[in-house]
Amino acid sequence: MQAGVRGFQCTPASFKLVTSMTIRTAILTLCLLLQAAFAQAQTDLRSSVDALGQGKFADVEAAITVLAKTGDPKAVPVLEALAAGDLYTRKSDARVFMTRAAGDDVILIDPITGVEDATAPKASVQKIRVNNTVRRAVRTALGGLTLLSPERQTRLAAAQSVLMAPSGEVLDLVETALATEKDADVRRVMEEARAASLLKSDRSTDEKKQAIETIRQRGDRDALGILSSALGSVDETLRPDVERAIAGIEERQALWNAGQNVWYGISLGSVLLLAAIGLAVTFGVMGIINMAHGEMVMLGAYTTFVVQDVIRTRYPDMFEWSLAIALPLAFLFTAFIGLVIERGVIRFLYGRPLETLLATWGLSLILQQAVRSLFGPTNREVGNPTWMSGAFELGGLTITWNRLWIVVFSLSVFLALLAVLKRSSFGLQMRAVTQNRRMASSMGIRTPYVDAATFALGSGIAGMAGVALSQIDNVSPNLGQSYIIDSFMVVVFGGVGNLWGTLVGAFSLGILNKFLEPYAGAVLGKIFVLVLIILFIQKRPRGLFALKGRAVDA
Amino acid sequence: MITAFLLRALDRNILIAIAALLIVAALVPVLNLLVPPTSPFHIPTYIVSLMGKYLTYAMLALALDLVWGFCGILSLGHAAFFALGGYAMGMYLARQIGARGTYGNALLPDFMVFLNWKELPWYWTGFDHFWFAALMVLAVPGLLAFVFGWFAFRSRVTGVYLSIITQAMTYALLLAFFRNEMGFGGNNGLTDFKDILGFNIQAGGTRNALFAATAVALAFSLLVASGIVRSKFGKVLVGVRDAESRTRFLGYRVENIKLFTFTVSAMMAGVAGALYVPQVGIINPGEFAPANSIEVVIWTAVGGRGTLIGPIIGAVLVNFGKSVFTAAFPEFWLFALGGLFVAVTLFLPKGIVGTWRQMRARRRETARMTAASPQAAE
Repeated sequence: MQAGVRGFQCTPASFKLVTSMTIRTAILTLCLLLQAAFAQAQTDLRSSVDALGQGKFADVEAAITVLAKTGDPKAVPVLEALAAGDLYTRKSDARVFMTRAAGDDVILIDPITGVEDATAPKASVQKIRVNNTVRRAVRTALGGLTLLSPERQTRLAAAQSVLMAPSGEVLDLVETALATEKDADVRRVMEEARAASLLKSDRSTDEKKQAIETIRQRGDRDALGILSSALGSVDETLRPDVERAIAGIEERQALWNAGQNVWYGISLGSVLLLAAIGLAVTFGVMGIINMAHGEMVMLGAYTTFVVQDVIRTRYPDMFEWSLAIALPLAFLFTAFIGLVIERGVIRFLYGRPLETLLATWGLSLILQQAVRSLFGPTNREVGNPTWMSGAFELGGLTITWNRLWIVVFSLSVFLALLAVLKRSSFGLQMRAVTQNRRMASSMGIRTPYVDAATFALGSGIAGMAGVALSQIDNVSPNLGQSYIIDSFMVVVFGGVGNLWGTLVGAFSLGILNKFLEPYAGAVLGKIFVLVLIILFIQKRPRGLFALKGRAVDA
Repeated sequence: MITAFLLRALDRNILIAIAALLIVAALVPVLNLLVPPTSPFHIPTYIVSLMGKYLTYAMLALALDLVWGFCGILSLGHAAFFALGGYAMGMYLARQIGARGTYGNALLPDFMVFLNWKELPWYWTGFDHFWFAALMVLAVPGLLAFVFGWFAFRSRVTGVYLSIITQAMTYALLLAFFRNEMGFGGNNGLTDFKDILGFNIQAGGTRNALFAATAVALAFSLLVASGIVRSKFGKVLVGVRDAESRTRFLGYRVENIKLFTFTVSAMMAGVAGALYVPQVGIINPGEFAPANSIEVVIWTAVGGRGTLIGPIIGAVLVNFGKSVFTAAFPEFWLFALGGLFVAVTLFLPKGIVGTWRQMRARRRETARMTAASPQAAE
């Protein structure tokens, strides 16, 4: 065992010795070689650059191609200067310079190193003239040259630009770049760029078949564009392959589109869920529709606005945390308002649900007008923290962060509420009152307390929903109005007294709405959903998940 | 039989109300047209139109009271029937414009020319004739109410659920009428009317005639509503309101009773809408807004639901208050309206008329008691 270990230790040490020697030698050799090569390249480049200043446009074009072939990133600024018309020839020795004005004279700048050379009279230099053909040649050359740039971003951008505008000429360059590329992402794009360029070149049919396959695997709208343009240029034998590839991509696109619609539907559903869940609680327990529910959402959104306002003026570094701060504040504030409403108005109206509906409608008008008087009738700006802004791609789906967070948030609110209902004693009491108020009361549950707490809880949840909705909607006094009818629909569709009904209701209405939109348009889709709900209620007058038992007949 | 039905409808209160309405219908045009503007008794034309508008609202509130106050169906979609009646009348008025529109197109209304439509959609045919439009004023809201009620009452959708789906109905119509493709003028609606039955709609005489027609129509609606309520059918209606299951168990077809009342009420609302449009000169999808329907409920509640005169008083009072308030302190109107909702439900559940009747009954009771008390003391 020990010997084995020693022997094992021995080998790497000697190996290290050998390798270190080899590496040193290698580096030394490489350095020498590089130095020579560098000097060589420098002179080569200089002469190629000087060639730009000679002859007619066709010669300039040829010189550009030579420059591009060197693959040297140093040629990039020279070509850029040429396209911009900043390149001049010194008449005396036909050397090419960039210039900078200095009084009557111009300062000559070496285009490769960027070092200022000498001052010369303006008359001694002549501008290199360019036309559109030359400009195009420069563009192609630049696309190819930047493929070899040491910057990853530049290479990626170059590969993408080749992919967007493929041509047979850059093919060699792309292949050169591909040979040395290490970064996996850049490599992938380069391979696609190679495939796209290959289709435009005169390579063999087999290679082209492979290229079609590579592009088909990319499978997005760009790939579709490349293949459709290739459809015109490739020869007869390849055409079926291209057509098959196009059909394949289109099929996949349709699938992704459906996926995107599902995502939009989930996103809409989560918004509906957030808006409706508090309503479901109060409706389920007390059997009243709280018309001021939308205004609670609105108050939550305005709480966010106030919190952000304070943060902006006093503690600007805390902005990222504004939503986390606003969330509990909105909950407490709206829960308090809810408590006041319940104690002040609603408790006098138990047993008269339709009149509660009227009274809460009146309250909603008052709250709207109060907010309008305090904050003005116009939209207030609520900012998105950085973690809520932007989007990312998932396969063919584009998902914005704020929508994703809202989905996560609404589901966590749902789960938290479910936990409260199923695990706490307050939840137990609430469920008891929902199922049979009088029996619960005889069992010693103080139903008025449960009512008050339920109403406060429902309002508080609405307030939290307001914080989330402030991120995707306009914060105005009318915010609540736009959600109230939809929330009713969700609650009525899902059924009363069952949170799962609300969840299923919200998501199915959301997804249905988004699936109808592409065919019927947004408005007609919504009308259709409304009619569907009206018809559905005929079939199941108490919603999808109705409470069973005698209590509901009361 | 019909005379018997109508005669039974006339109790003292209804008689007074109808007489008052007929007097107003005659008096207001006289005060507007015959009394010189310098006289303190002169009523300006714009006030005549404003009062006409209030009376159409009163008719709408009466229609709602018939289903809510006597049958217990809280409809949050009655403004939809009102607006549909309004649109039927608006379409007739739009056809009367003829070649006098902005584009001078005799065949198509302005908005269709604007949308580049080539011919009139099929559902606009017939609206050139007043009789057809008048028929549609009754038929369209009536049919919608019948179909809607047929499904809803048969499935025993009641209470809050019914309120919410009526709201969904008016909301769906709101969205539909906002669409330009529907062919009802999109969000601008129908406006710029010129003539009604050949008379200039802007002229003072026409406006007075419209006012008088509204007052007479309201009086007639009151008579019909009273007839329904006072008949044997009306007694069953109240039975449905107070104990639906019990009425069903006694052998009455509750859904048919509800359906009949709902349809009659919708037609009444449609007529109100048809009288509203020529007096305000425009009809647009905003009339379908769910908030409007809820406002109708508060007019009825303020006046007193379950009384026929209450909603008329409530609608006129609240709308008068709205006109005064929005002119004097516009920002406080919503506070006032909201407060009214809360206060009426909390403190005046029977409304003005109901509370007044209650107080009078109690006073009579105490009077009877005091008259009887010496004997009781002995």
